[in-house]
Amino acid sequence: MRPVKIHVEAVSKVFGRDPRGALAKVHAGMDKTRLKDETDHVLGLHDITLDIRAGETFVIMGLSGSGKSTLIRHFNRLIEPTGGRILFDGEDILGFDAARLQAFRRRKVAMVFQRFALLPHRTVIENVAYGLALDGVARLEAHRRAGEQIALVGLAGFENSYPAQLSGGMQQRVGLARALATDAEVLLMDEAFSALDPLIRHDMQLQLKELQARLGKTIVFITHDLDEALLLGDHIAILKDGTLRQVGTGAEILAAPADDYVARFVRDVNRSRILLCGAFADAGLIPPPDAPVIEAGATLESAFAAFAQGAQAVAVRDEAGQIAGGLTARQVMQALARQ
Amino acid sequence: MTSGFPELWDTRAFGRALDAGFNSIVANWGETLELLFMPVLRGITGLERGLQTLPWWVVVALFCAATWGAARRWPPVAAVALLLVLLGLLGVWNEAMATVALMLAATVLSVLIGMPLGIAMSRSDRLRGGMLPVLDIMQTMPIFVYLIPFVMLFGPGKIPALLATIVFAIPPVIRLTDLGIRQVDPEIVEASRAFGASPRQQLWSVQVPLAMPTIMAGINQTTMMALSMVVIASMIGAGGLGYQVLQGIQRLEVSRGLIAGLGIVLLAIIFDRIAQSYGRRVQANLHREGK
Repeated sequence: MRPVKIHVEAVSKVFGRDPRGALAKVHAGMDKTRLKDETDHVLGLHDITLDIRAGETFVIMGLSGSGKSTLIRHFNRLIEPTGGRILFDGEDILGFDAARLQAFRRRKVAMVFQRFALLPHRTVIENVAYGLALDGVARLEAHRRAGEQIALVGLAGFENSYPAQLSGGMQQRVGLARALATDAEVLLMDEAFSALDPLIRHDMQLQLKELQARLGKTIVFITHDLDEALLLGDHIAILKDGTLRQVGTGAEILAAPADDYVARFVRDVNRSRILLCGAFADAGLIPPPDAPVIEAGATLESAFAAFAQGAQAVAVRDEAGQIAGGLTARQVMQALARQ
Repeated sequence: MTSGFPELWDTRAFGRALDAGFNSIVANWGETLELLFMPVLRGITGLERGLQTLPWWVVVALFCAATWGAARRWPPVAAVALLLVLLGLLGVWNEAMATVALMLAATVLSVLIGMPLGIAMSRSDRLRGGMLPVLDIMQTMPIFVYLIPFVMLFGPGKIPALLATIVFAIPPVIRLTDLGIRQVDPEIVEASRAFGASPRQQLWSVQVPLAMPTIMAGINQTTMMALSMVVIASMIGAGGLGYQVLQGIQRLEVSRGLIAGLGIVLLAIIFDRIAQSYGRRVQANLHREGK
């Protein structure tokens, strides 16, 4: 298994005049509503523990007010937690002083914002070079490296345009290039594609997947869109009212929702595109020798064609190349019908 | 004699104590203060002499260069040149240059003092809470109330005129610097923090540039207020166009007052053109993110 990049341990965040006092009350058992009514404090995050592994795309998902934007801002300390620990490569980032924190933000984590947050008075290349310039990289070198990133996101030729002259999708490419330019190991993406049109949005999602495959960054991605979460996320964390409801792969969450909330959330998803054959392969069923072979990592949908051509069952092959079992059309239907 | 409100404390004694205190400051510190402000005085007189002794067309060229630097467009440059020639035709060139020197000095000093104050206010709600009433006082207190003490301290002349002008004209640049920085899109400020900007880098790479149109509006107002103050300042020996207005009143020469007054109006239009076209250019450069 890949090493843990960001370890979040019992992180809580309370907004108000006396966050620590209020958090003590929460630990003593006071719930969010009473805390708000009686002490006028808002419990933003409650006791979040999770691990984000190096090189994966970790999606934090929730509706507005769930605390997801608050949580992602803890990873570069734009927001300070009221309680808990955050380790980055095993190092407690809450112990960093101002200078150390600045260096950390300049080199280790970069962020992409929902409304792009580009500097309107600077050109595309100056925006992309911004993080490097803050770090004191000489202008010529900064612009050379920025130019590479601009080409990487497909904006070559727009170096000297101003953000307002670009479309939303292009602006967010600039935002992405700006985050990539500092060569940070971790990208924090706060609803990065939510402000874009659906088609452009899908393009950006695919481009991000491709970039991720090539660059192997650790990506923390915030979204309120389940399809986006399932498409991008190696792991997905579902957040509601500041508490973590479930963490797992998309398939795990669909197959076994932890509670009613998660179940309702995932109800309308096209399960055949998410659930994997391997999870439903029946080891007790010996497929006929001429049965079509499907990889364990393939989605249920990819078995449809075989059934449509009249196969009674397909053989499911695991990562080791062994036949793990069989899968009938009936079993597939049962897997899809499960609510 | 009975007054409407009962006399609960001895206001007269308080007044006397205040006067005595101020008089002792004048007696003990007057000369030191005067010495302290000598360099400023030299600067203003030097500027005034310079503007008056240079050939008029060189001065016009300097103004045009400044306008070009601010606007990067020809129409305002032509307008400024035309207005300056008109000023010369009115026959008040030397007086106008004296006024310009004093006004420029007051504006530059106001900006140098006011912008850092405004920046500090934008960062501290407590400082802002303390400063706002002070600024209100500066803007509502009748000018003569502080003009006279300044004259007592420095004697009649350019320095008290300069100080009174600054007190009168500085509030807009302070207020609008504070306001402009507070209105900068918080998401952009957050982005700069996320990329590791130090507070100083945040200020100069994001906050000040994005607040610039608002700050320029403040500087423009400060310039206009400084200009309107010079008429009053002339009463305490600052010279310039205001002195001509004053003489016009004293001698009941309507023409003299009218011409000098016109000169002040022309100067106001000139500086307004320069400041506004600069503000417009900064605004256009910002390319506000379109929806």
